Amino acid sequence: MAVTVSRESDSVATPTQRALKEAFYAGAIALGLFVLFIGLKTGQNMSNELVLTQRWGLLAAVVIATAVGRFLYVAYGQPFMANQKIANVATGLLPASVGSRFFTLPAFIVAVVAAVLLFLFNSSLAGWVGAEPAGYLQFLRALAVIYLLACVIYYFRAFIHANFTKLGITALVLYPILVVAVLSLNAWSIAGGLQGSLKWVDNFGIQILIYVMLAWGLNIVVGLAGLLDLGYVAFYALGAYAYALLATQYGLSFWILLPAAGCMAALWGVLLGFPVLRLRGDYLAIVTLAFGEIIRLVLINWREVTNGSAGISGIPKVSFFGLMTFNVSDPNYIAKVLHIATSSAYYKIFLYYLILGLCLLTAFVTIRLRRLPVGRAWEALREDEIACRSLGINTTTTKLTAFATGAMFGGFAGSFFAARQGFVSPESFVFLESAIILAIVVLGGMGSLVGIAVAAMVMIGGTEALRELDFLKQIFGPDFTPELYRMLLFGMAMVIVMLWKPRGFVGSREPTAFLKERRAVSSSFTKEGHG
Amino acid sequence: MAGTTLLDIKGVETYYGNIRALNGVDVTVKEGEIVALIGANGAGKSTLMMTIFGAPRARTGTITFAGTDITQLPTHEIARMRIAQSPEGRRIFPRMTVMENLQMGASLDNLKHYDEDVEKVFTLFPRLKERIAQRGGTLSGGEQQMLSIGRALMARPKLLLLDEPSLGLAPLIVKQIFDAIRELNRTQGLTVFLVEQNAFGALKLATRGYVMVNGNVTMSGTGKELLANPEVRAAYLEGGHH
Repeated sequence: MAVTVSRESDSVATPTQRALKEAFYAGAIALGLFVLFIGLKTGQNMSNELVLTQRWGLLAAVVIATAVGRFLYVAYGQPFMANQKIANVATGLLPASVGSRFFTLPAFIVAVVAAVLLFLFNSSLAGWVGAEPAGYLQFLRALAVIYLLACVIYYFRAFIHANFTKLGITALVLYPILVVAVLSLNAWSIAGGLQGSLKWVDNFGIQILIYVMLAWGLNIVVGLAGLLDLGYVAFYALGAYAYALLATQYGLSFWILLPAAGCMAALWGVLLGFPVLRLRGDYLAIVTLAFGEIIRLVLINWREVTNGSAGISGIPKVSFFGLMTFNVSDPNYIAKVLHIATSSAYYKIFLYYLILGLCLLTAFVTIRLRRLPVGRAWEALREDEIACRSLGINTTTTKLTAFATGAMFGGFAGSFFAARQGFVSPESFVFLESAIILAIVVLGGMGSLVGIAVAAMVMIGGTEALRELDFLKQIFGPDFTPELYRMLLFGMAMVIVMLWKPRGFVGSREPTAFLKERRAVSSSFTKEGHG
Repeated sequence: MAGTTLLDIKGVETYYGNIRALNGVDVTVKEGEIVALIGANGAGKSTLMMTIFGAPRARTGTITFAGTDITQLPTHEIARMRIAQSPEGRRIFPRMTVMENLQMGASLDNLKHYDEDVEKVFTLFPRLKERIAQRGGTLSGGEQQMLSIGRALMARPKLLLLDEPSLGLAPLIVKQIFDAIRELNRTQGLTVFLVEQNAFGALKLATRGYVMVNGNVTMSGTGKELLANPEVRAAYLEGGHH
């Protein structure tokens, strides 16, 4: 029988042809997806009637952007990436990496000059060009600063990699001081610097660190013990309400209530743990999800105690270990004791260091526990429960301690949250919070403290940074609020990280047992999401 | 080698729901012996192994270990009686390193004899020492089996249960592993209860053997007797190249 061999070369398309085809498909898919999302918009008019606004121009823009993006990626992006892996025949070297071509000395100098000039002549330029382009100039300035930071990180990457933990902790400790110093220089007064630092210390610093602490606490349950907990926010809520109620009703100090709230959350962790001892994976996730919702519904409906949806306000501030307070009216107000100018920034900076301390405590306890029998048992439990039991490990107590420890840190974070806000309501403890905390743990690489901290910084810092992008209003119109898109950012980050680094930012893990030298264990060849 | 009875299984019946997997099994293991349990797939060998550990639990009958009734004890309490197991499918911890796996084996004594015992395991299985910092899941099948046995040995067991140590391994590796078991028994007097499909290898290694069919022990005797038995030969050995 004669076999005809079809000539393959006929059907092989050049990258450009293939890119055109793929661009067409991408455009078609985008059109199908967005025709109702973007092409049509429903709204209300003055007489309360439903009106349909057609936005074909915007739809066309989105579709064209998608098609062009796909074309560029397939025609130029993919061949470029492939070329990066091919060594030069003559020299035997790989091509210069994108990084070293992007971060060059001339570009660095240009960025320094641009940043300095824009900082120095910020106000005069704004007056000269008008308010609108000044927004773009500020954006340009931010880009220059980011580029400079990236340059420094790129060229010192070996050093940073080797001393990441030390550098990270130093940076976190110095952060408020640096912020106040830079802003004081910028405003030419310390009071102005303190005032300006509020946003940076509170919205960025404290906010991120709360999530770092929550994610590290959840990491004990999910990352180490492998018990998927979707209701972690319940412990956060318990801690917050424990502090809020006991402080407002009985006037107890934060320093007594912090451990009390932690213990109470831990107790509830054990109570949750008992019924779910036999459950794993999906089933455990559903029960914990329900637990989170039950706690929230109790908080809403038990009006006599929790004041329902209205929440509890007037929660007292934390005192400086009982020596000084942060209430202006008190005789031992910090500014009166130390004879300095009154400012609300002191309290924020104090809270920053407090949550930083709590975070470091969480990290320290986690690292210590991993080396103790109970921590090792957690990790073994995650891998194989039956093997654990046949090695003489009591899986019941192991699971309960994991729930209790994780819950305790959630309780600590909760009481801190209540003290910082001065107000708690069930609104703050919805399922979305649990999902965000879990997303941070997964993105960071389950079990990795550094990865989780970086993930929290990117995700929470990123959503906060969206608030700063006011210049986008000039592109998308005045009713464009960038912070509404923070969940989109979360989703995109999840998809991107899971595509490129399916084991999270930091997939490798430190072994707890070693003969001579400690070596990180690579995550290659392990299952996705199992760093 | 007839020492005192270490493990005594009497009239054990085990059920999976309504399905009876063990049909009144009697097995004894004396101190210092290597006892092999052979049988076809689904005969109930692994079920017996797991029943000793209380998962699943025996519905009737008693299991006595060193004079103590362990039939109703929780699994981890049974392990604390110094019965160690290299379970079916090895069940090592795939994401933990070789060292960490061995460490988990020593959790009973809270690592008191850890350094000493780790050296012993590495003398027995030098291959494991080369793989020290590697994750368990990235080891080859034979290395995983060695790790599983090594992990069980870290608990300083009085009785070692091995469930199909030769499963899926190359003949050379099987020989290494059987040699190691013989070595342990000879030098340290370790009592071993072994479940095997590889009847020839197991019976050659064993002091005594049991044959299991459909949840019943149908035959027992010394390893040599069973090897010579025509029925055993017909059912488990013929057609092999031994």
